[in-house]
This record gives sequence, C-alpha cells and structure tokens, in this order.
Amino acid sequence: MSARLSRTDVEHVANLARLALSGDEVERFGEQLTVILEHAQDVAALDLEGIPPTAHPLPLVNVLRPDEVRPTLDREEVLAQAPAAEDGRFRVPRILGEAP
Amino acid sequence: MAEYEAVIGLEVHVELATTTKLFCGCPNEFGSEPNTNVCPICLGLPGSLPVLNRRVVEYALRLGEAMHFDVPSESIFHRKNYFYPDMPKDYQVSQYDHPICVEGWMEIDGTRIRIERAHMEEDTGKTQHIGGGGRIHDASHSLVDYNRAGVPLMEIVSHPDIRSAEQARAYVSELRGVLQAIGVSDVKMEEGSMRVDANVSIRPVGTGELGTKVEVKNMNSLRSLGRAIDYEIARQIAAVESGDRIVQETRGWDEAAGVSQGMRSKEGSNDYRYFPEPDLVPVAPSDEMRAEARAAVPELPAAHRTRLVAEWGVADQDARVLVDNPALAAYADQAMAVGAPGKDVANWCTGEILGFLNESGLSPEVLPLAPDGLAELIGLVADGTLSRSLAKDVLDECLREPKRPKQVVAERGLAQVSDEAELAAIVDEVLVANGDAVEEYRVGDEKVRGKKRGFIFGQVMRATDRKANAAMVNQLLDERLS
Ligand SMILES: [Zn+2]
Repeated sequence: MSARLSRTDVEHVANLARLALSGDEVERFGEQLTVILEHAQDVAALDLEGIPPTAHPLPLVNVLRPDEVRPTLDREEVLAQAPAAEDGRFRVPRILGEAP
Repeated sequence: MAEYEAVIGLEVHVELATTTKLFCGCPNEFGSEPNTNVCPICLGLPGSLPVLNRRVVEYALRLGEAMHFDVPSESIFHRKNYFYPDMPKDYQVSQYDHPICVEGWMEIDGTRIRIERAHMEEDTGKTQHIGGGGRIHDASHSLVDYNRAGVPLMEIVSHPDIRSAEQARAYVSELRGVLQAIGVSDVKMEEGSMRVDANVSIRPVGTGELGTKVEVKNMNSLRSLGRAIDYEIARQIAAVESGDRIVQETRGWDEAAGVSQGMRSKEGSNDYRYFPEPDLVPVAPSDEMRAEARAAVPELPAAHRTRLVAEWGVADQDARVLVDNPALAAYADQAMAVGAPGKDVANWCTGEILGFLNESGLSPEVLPLAPDGLAELIGLVADGTLSRSLAKDVLDECLREPKRPKQVVAERGLAQVSDEAELAAIVDEVLVANGDAVEEYRVGDEKVRGKKRGFIFGQVMRATDRKANAAMVNQLLDERLS
C-alpha cells in the first residue's frame, strides 16, 4: 500500500458514501485518512502467525431470542418523524437506479 | 456452427416461515397494512440493537442437514452497504465469507448438483414507484413499506453445475419439495416467498472454460424460470455467432413479453464494503442444536418417491406428482395404510382427486371423503361391484357430500350387473337390435371390426346404465361374434 491515499481513492470513497467533497476537502480528508491507514499498517506489521482473525471483541456466541412477537410501533407516530409520508408509507424522492 | 452448452448457477432466496422477523419481534406476516409491523430495530433507529431469532438458526441447521451441508463451527453476520430506500439502515445484514452452511448438494435425476453455500439474511422493504406508469425511471417519487424489512431469508447458492432450463426447473422443484418437507418455508414462488435468480453463460461443448455470465432476475414461476433461461441461452448463442461479445450484466425477465432487458444500475454500485456486523455476536451451533436439527428432518421427497415406487408399486410419474403435493401424499399414505393397493390409490389421487382439489381450491384434509373412504371405493371396483366409469361418478358425489361410497351405490342402485344369465339376455337383445352393425362386423376388415365391436359394447353398457360388468360383456361378445 502506498503511504498516501490518492485523490482518486478519496473521491471513490466519498462517492460510495454519497458525499460531495470540495477540492480542499479531498486534500484534507486524504491526509487524515492516510494517518488512519498508517495506524492500521502498524498493526499489520505485528507477527500474527497462528492468531485467527477477530470478527468481534466480545467473548460471546449464540445470543438468541425466542421467536415471539413483541409490540410494534404506532404507524402515525413513525411516519410523523419522516420527512414525507403518503398513503401509510414513507415518501422518498425519485430513485435513480434499480435495486442492487 | 459450433455446438454450445449452457452453464447455469441458481441463487434461490427463500422466506422462512417464522412468527417474527430475523432480528426483532415484529410479526413476519403477509398482507398487513403498510408499516404496521415495524419497530426501532427494523427501522434502524439510533440506539436499537438486533438480537437473532433462535428459530431461524434452527431452520438453517435443518436445511444444512437435509442438503448435506457442512456447518462450520462459527458463522458471522456482515453489513452489506448500499444506498437504496428499501432498507432504512442503508445496509442489509447478511452473511458474507462465513455463512452458516457451506458445500452441500442435491441429487437431481441421478446428477449431483453441488451447492456452494446457504446463508441467513434479512429481506428488504417494498418500494412502489408513483407516476410514469410505475416504472422506476419515469416515476415522480416512490413510496416505501418496511413490513418486509428484516423478514428472515435463506439464500441458497448453487455451483454452476446446471446445464439446461429443464434441469434448472427440476432443481428448483426438488429444492421446493425439500424446504416444504422440513417445514421451514411455504415456498410459494408466485407469492414471492421463493425467488430465483439465474446466472447463465455459454461455452463451446467440451471446453472447461467459463464464459461471461449474465444474471437474469424477476422470474415468478417455474415456467417463467425455464422460459427466461432458454431465452438467455438463445440470446447469447445468437450474439456469439454474430461476432458480438457477451456483456456482464443483470437482465430483468418480462414474462408477458417473453423477453429480458438489461437493467440500468449505477457503476460501482457493487462495491458493498462488507464488514462484520458489530452488533451481533457469532453463531456457534452446538452439538445439541445440530442433533435437534437432525431429528427434525423427516423423510425427504427423493426417499418418499423411492418408497412409493418400491413398496407400494406406484408409477414413477404418479409418485412425483404425489410427493410434490405433500398433503395429498399424506392422504394417499393413509389410504394405502388401510390396505388399498398403492397403484390404484395413486391413480385416483393424481387423477380425479387432484383435479377436484385444483378446481375447488380445497386441501385434502377437508375432503368429505376420508382416505379410508377412497380405499372403500377402490375395493368396490376390485370386487366387481362398480365399473371404473361408475366409480368416477360415485367418487364425484363423495368429494362433494359427506357420503360413503357404499352408501351412494345403495342409494343410486349402481351395483354392477355381474349375473351371467341376465347379461347374456341383454347382449342378445342388443345384437338383434343392431343387426346391421353385426353384419358389418362379420364382413369388415380389422379396422371396421374394431369400430363395430366398440359400438356394440357401448350399446350394451348403455342398455345397462353402464352397470354391466365390462369383463363379462367382453367375454359374452367374444363368444357370440366369433
Ligand atoms: Zn421490527
């Protein structure tokens, strides 16, 4: 990995997160992200032979609940918090691409 | 022209028949008022925490047992990130590189189809596009209902081991039978509780390479799955033959038009940035959970078919039809259990009874004719009381009204005439009354004889209101016409 993130990398990540960054911001965040990646590289430098990847820090497995119904929310209350609602549903702007 | 073969892999999404959603206690039910089965967890409200539904794990393990999967000691959930309003969280919780089931298989007509994985994930909400005829690109806005968001799914991904549309249909049909038998889903393709996407590519026969694959979506029945795959294979062959390149894309099947169309998707949208879901801990199926799952797997369709054929003498095709209709198969099993011959039971069940069930929309458990009643009817045909043709009439009445076959026979005076002297007299009368036909029979060639003989037989049956014992009538005619 190169020491510094390129502008293209930053713009790609910003696009995935649907963020519109100005030229200055691309520069500034690029520097900040580089510092974070350098820290990750410190970890990568350790000898991790024989240590399994950790997906979760807690020493817990199988936290399960019974298949039983719990109270749901009141629809009017839910929709009242949305920017727009119509016909019992959330109203969203025109969608620009098919579902992924 | 080169010969091509198709290489097909199927991704099947199955909705699990749980009471509640995957990570919250909202009801998992079809047809509720929009946005009434929602809570802070499935709406992704800040501070809410998902907790995995135990039954989903049980069902996944059952599937693992039924389809010869390996179940790794631990599996974990990931977040699949994307921007689309069908998920309020902007990510879907799914399993990525550590699914609960890996490397299983199913045998389809003697061929083993390998299955790469089966994993748990949550369903998305339902969007409806308003204006522009409901088409996404022409709509003015969209409306979203999150009742489905968070409903548990299993995604079952086959290896590209399937070679034809026919085999794809057989695979999905067998999978449906297995899922139904183990009781984890109602697997109704038409209602969307089972969805199938196909990855299709072609290659010259005999080469091992994999061509560029195209994903086809939106098939809502076995029939449309078969049509969509055949269409895609033909489209790719035509493209290659005319020197075009196959483009990797996703195409939507249009059942009414019988064609598929490329779906527009934004470039780079496949970068889902999967990462381990921090709010859920790993699933580590214990030996006890595995044993429970094993015990919950009943006789599977393949074994059931084999049993019907081998033990009960049922024809292959009938066995298939019965096993595809589990409730009808149970009905038939009960009729056989009280002693009716399997072949006859299967015949009636896959013929007249299935026809009646389809037409009436009833299920076998509520038929007025109980399985032992069917056995009684079969007995009446076997002992010569009823001709097959009259037995159909009796069955028809017993399927509509709570009457036993013997009762209908008595009420309508339908018992077969098997008295030889009585039948002989009737046969003689018919021969006299139809002297012309008899004469034509005597002088005619084979074809004419067959026709006239059938006509005379029909006249005898008519004279007896179809109650004559057919075998005896034939014997009497043999004696008189030779
Ligand atoms: Zn919920």
